[in-house]
Amino acid sequence: MSDALADWKPDVLGVDGKVLPVVTAPASVLSTVGADVDPLDPEVVQLAADLVATMRVSPGCVGLAAPQVGVGARVFAVDVTQHPKTATNHGTFVLCNARVVEASRWRPGREGCMSVPDLTGDVKRASRLVVEAVLPGTGEAVLLTTDAFEARALQHEIDHCDGKLFLDRVAGAHAVYQRKVYL
Amino acid sequence: MNELAITVIGPDRTGIIADVSEALAGVGANLSDSTMTRLRGHFAMTLICNGPAAEDVEKALAPLTGLLATVRAVAPEADADVAGEPYLVSVHGADRLGIVAAVTRVVAAAGGNITDLTTRLTGPLYVLIAEVEVPSGGADTLAARLALAADELGVDVTLRRAESDVL
Repeated sequence: MSDALADWKPDVLGVDGKVLPVVTAPASVLSTVGADVDPLDPEVVQLAADLVATMRVSPGCVGLAAPQVGVGARVFAVDVTQHPKTATNHGTFVLCNARVVEASRWRPGREGCMSVPDLTGDVKRASRLVVEAVLPGTGEAVLLTTDAFEARALQHEIDHCDGKLFLDRVAGAHAVYQRKVYL
Repeated sequence: MNELAITVIGPDRTGIIADVSEALAGVGANLSDSTMTRLRGHFAMTLICNGPAAEDVEKALAPLTGLLATVRAVAPEADADVAGEPYLVSVHGADRLGIVAAVTRVVAAAGGNITDLTTRLTGPLYVLIAEVEVPSGGADTLAARLALAADELGVDVTLRRAESDVL
């Protein structure tokens, strides 16, 4: 099943992505549990392409979930290729209906989010992760095993699909900070 | 709109925050930023509120027995420029007089702006953690000066970049 992910590229979707505006908290869509989607539905395929397009034009963005463009659905794009903390790396991909199957080796890290532009927070995430999902456009099931920064990005995006922000996961009362550096 | 800087401190007990914030809400004081924590059995609150006049807030807090409160009007926040790069200073070692003074003086002399600082004394161990905005390119110099100061104080110090990843 992992080969399905290796073969998957955004052009598999066969549609051009549009750049969509990114929604910021406290928009209610960011707190809404996303609905499971049909990965072959043309609207889902278009959404997947739109997420990739929007992620690509946003500086420093390594992941973008449907609620962040105002759609309460379990779809997100990830691409950690350029990030220095990346170890295992699956390139650019979009997952539908993703769920964490296994999580271990929890590590703290400071996260920011395009939907919470003025704050960052310390969040513990699993650095070893197994996720099951289906691919948009092909509908193939994948079991994705990853680590380090890609694992963090996947957990952050899956949280978005569950209506959670990093603010729902911070390590303590003093673990939220004014962001001091803008990309 | 009046902006008020308020501090409240008193022996820790259940319900301090509820009592104070209820009194503030009762006079229309909207709590914007705050930090509240327990320090050695005292509960300490530092609040920025806006809304009513300082006298009204003082009156509202006066009936809360056992708490020492101060209220003063302050100028509203200007849009703060990003002053540098975010770093964390950690200091730990045997307690002695003047650790905070020496470390923060070094940071200030290097143009570093401390935006958050916590100290804890547990048994003989003293710990200081500070968030600092360091002027661009000034981190190496600051690290060297902190190392010198730490040596004189007989404590350990580290300066590390507080990197946040945008996801």
